[in-house]
Amino acid sequence: MKLESKVPSGPIEKSWDKHRFELKLVNPANKRKFKVLVVGTGLAGSAAAASCAELGYQVESFCVQDSARRAHSIAAQGGINAAKNYPNDGDSIWRLFYDTVKGGDFRAREANVYRLAQVSNSIIDQCVAQGVPFAREYGGTLSNRSFGGAQVSRTFYARGQTGQQLLLGAYSALMRQVGAGTVKLHTRREMLDLVVIDGVARGIIVRDLVTGKVERHWGDAVLLCTGGYGNVFYLSTNANSCNVTATWRAYKRGAAFANPCFTQIHPTCVPVSGDHQSKLTLMSESLRNDGRVWVPLKKGDKRKPQDIPEAERDYYLERKYPAFGNLVPRDIASRAAKQMTDDGRGVGNTGLSVYLDFADAIHRIGLDKVKEKYGNLFDMYHHITDENPYEQPMRIYPAVHYTMGGLWVDYNLMTTVPGLFCLGEANFSDHGANRLGASALMQGLADGYFVVPYTIGGYLTGNKLPKVTTDHQAFVEAETDVNARTKALLGAKGKKTPAAFHRDLGRVMWDNVGMGRNAKGLQSALSQIPEIRAEFWKNVTVTGEGSDFNQVLERAGRVADFLEFGELLAKDALVREESCGGHFREEHQTPDGEAKRDDEKFQHVAAWEYKGEGKAAERHTEPLTFENVHIAQRNYA
Amino acid sequence: MNITLKVWRQKNAAAPGALVEYTVSGVVPEMSFLEMLDTLNEQLIAKGEDPLAFDSDCREGICGMCNLMIDGQAHGPDKEATTCQLHMRRYKDGDVVTVEPFRAKGFPLVKDLVVDRSAFDRIQAAGGFVSTHTGGAGEANAILIPHDMAEKAMDAASCIGCGACVAACPNASAMLFVAAKVSQYALLPQGQPEREKRVLAMREAMDKEGFGHCTNEYECEAACPKGIKLSNIARLNREFLRATIVSE
Repeated sequence: MKLESKVPSGPIEKSWDKHRFELKLVNPANKRKFKVLVVGTGLAGSAAAASCAELGYQVESFCVQDSARRAHSIAAQGGINAAKNYPNDGDSIWRLFYDTVKGGDFRAREANVYRLAQVSNSIIDQCVAQGVPFAREYGGTLSNRSFGGAQVSRTFYARGQTGQQLLLGAYSALMRQVGAGTVKLHTRREMLDLVVIDGVARGIIVRDLVTGKVERHWGDAVLLCTGGYGNVFYLSTNANSCNVTATWRAYKRGAAFANPCFTQIHPTCVPVSGDHQSKLTLMSESLRNDGRVWVPLKKGDKRKPQDIPEAERDYYLERKYPAFGNLVPRDIASRAAKQMTDDGRGVGNTGLSVYLDFADAIHRIGLDKVKEKYGNLFDMYHHITDENPYEQPMRIYPAVHYTMGGLWVDYNLMTTVPGLFCLGEANFSDHGANRLGASALMQGLADGYFVVPYTIGGYLTGNKLPKVTTDHQAFVEAETDVNARTKALLGAKGKKTPAAFHRDLGRVMWDNVGMGRNAKGLQSALSQIPEIRAEFWKNVTVTGEGSDFNQVLERAGRVADFLEFGELLAKDALVREESCGGHFREEHQTPDGEAKRDDEKFQHVAAWEYKGEGKAAERHTEPLTFENVHIAQRNYA
Repeated sequence: MNITLKVWRQKNAAAPGALVEYTVSGVVPEMSFLEMLDTLNEQLIAKGEDPLAFDSDCREGICGMCNLMIDGQAHGPDKEATTCQLHMRRYKDGDVVTVEPFRAKGFPLVKDLVVDRSAFDRIQAAGGFVSTHTGGAGEANAILIPHDMAEKAMDAASCIGCGACVAACPNASAMLFVAAKVSQYALLPQGQPEREKRVLAMREAMDKEGFGHCTNEYECEAACPKGIKLSNIARLNREFLRATIVSE
């Protein structure tokens, strides 16, 4: 397998312009002859489907939810970055690019990140034109705020519901095309396999989740915009339906999976309350703009927060990182919280949380202003915990939130399978080993609105694609595989539910492949996961039938894939003998407990190639070169 | 604590349905209502019985996927909360709770507690957008929008499309849903060029889907998990009236 990044040569500022010029164009009259399948309707998927349809391609769009508007992008809270420099505080495309590469701990491809920063401004223009109600100043201009890991205010937001508003914008663009008949939308469909003909992606197999019918769909290109794999940890801030199945099936059909061990643990989530819990809830990190994180100075201090005097509190982020204070990047804030709780200074009944305190902010800017900025987040917290954050500090703890790894893609966002593109969180491309706050929305929309609509044209004109029909042998085989799998899941007739297996896997992942990783733990995970998987296929119980609306079967299929994928994640973490960004190997840290990279050995992307059932995956590398950003130890002190 | 549930079970739209009684044990106050249903489902699956089908996804009140009628109230007893945000601390040991799907002609039943809300998508496709192509946008700050106007548009845009307004309305009207979208765009300069066309098209689509009319019952506002105000319906009516007068 060859990993060709296809990054254009020459100065980075000109790369994208040059590349766009070099990409061949599809004759407008020919565009309608090409069919593009878009899987997923989050920011990347909706934006790509709408934009490709506007260009004239035939588009078919698929999502597992009952409406395209419900994809998990909807839950993003804090905001979206752009290099507009409206506040005149020194921002620029170059600075956004620089911050993103540094924030990713020098494990992202420079040219991709530069392009992301470049198109960021067009995204804001586009969203405003769609009627996205961003926050505004009294003079009517757009409002900005600062966000984790940045010293400039470059984040645009719509209260604490930025993802919702951006997704509804993209959804409105998509539904406009659906109304115009240029996009055919298939809701409640789950992609269960990729169809590859002569080495090229030519279709997908989906299951209609209402009728259970398995369907074949052909296309000239397939775009996977299916999000991240955070639910491999069972508990995460992801929605219940978030899964790895589409990308994992693509991996098994030849798409390399890159950097699966780069997972992001978000520092500000509502802490776990018990075993019954089905998911964790994020509290936007925008809260760290005004909230102050602290724990008691004394171990095991059981006093109420309001009874602990100022002098007996440790505002540890402000103490350890005076320059960035409460706004340090996510990986650093998460690990610092873990250090505090490991040290016995955690708070709450479980001792597994820290305080996020707004008393100073309420005093400084007033209760009304705090309400306006964070009202919905405070309400959400109140609903879950029954504690009023206006009166007492929030309790927060890190939780799995985002996955930087994903299918390997080149500069065109094409995977190692020609014709198969991967966008948004599902790909590995722009965030390196750690994503900065408010950059996920930026990347999803950049890929969907401003990258793929160009690069797909280059692919479609540059390759002579023979006509295919869904009678082709490859479709028949893929469908047979899907049916056999469904049969195996229904036929196991064991004693344990899919959710119980998922919980078992999650425990192994969180304990051994979570915030702190070491060789011993990873090896233990690598021996436990295959055991759980073997037990799963023997002892899982899936009620009902395949030819029906069957949520147990849906869950079982996703858990089965997580049980394979989790092993690859752990293996990637074991081989990457360094700490970088969200990947923290305890053996590799500085004396102050910060991540210690090994650029000599690991300044590369690791991309795993599937070699067949029961065979070890092969690790390929794409070296990373930094010609524009000065490589340094990240320092936020 | 133990909770007794009376839940609507129905294999599919064609089959007859009925309320079935279950007792869920081991319920704790920190559980969400949906986690209590998960617990029941785990018990049912372990016994080889078909678990309850119900929709949910983000479980933090923003995706709009969850939709249960709990003791006759859409999303249950809490104000401005979705079903997934309801917690069991609301209940006490021995309580009997009735759980039904959102019922409306416009929302045909799929299975048990799951309904088909694709009518909302079709209404959106009829006009719930600003016709702007990717790439054609001008500089964002060239459009000035007064702060309070942006906030008002945001209030309307907060709608999560869950359908509680329809389920709560005695007429199964979708007026609040349509009003929220029409209001968002009517309040913003970006929405002006298609202002009349939009309201006429969305209203027509709404009627075609079989939703009823508004007779000022105020139930939608009370049920809305996002606090969308009834004044949006007043605006929808004004917009509709205005459009019928000014359009040719």
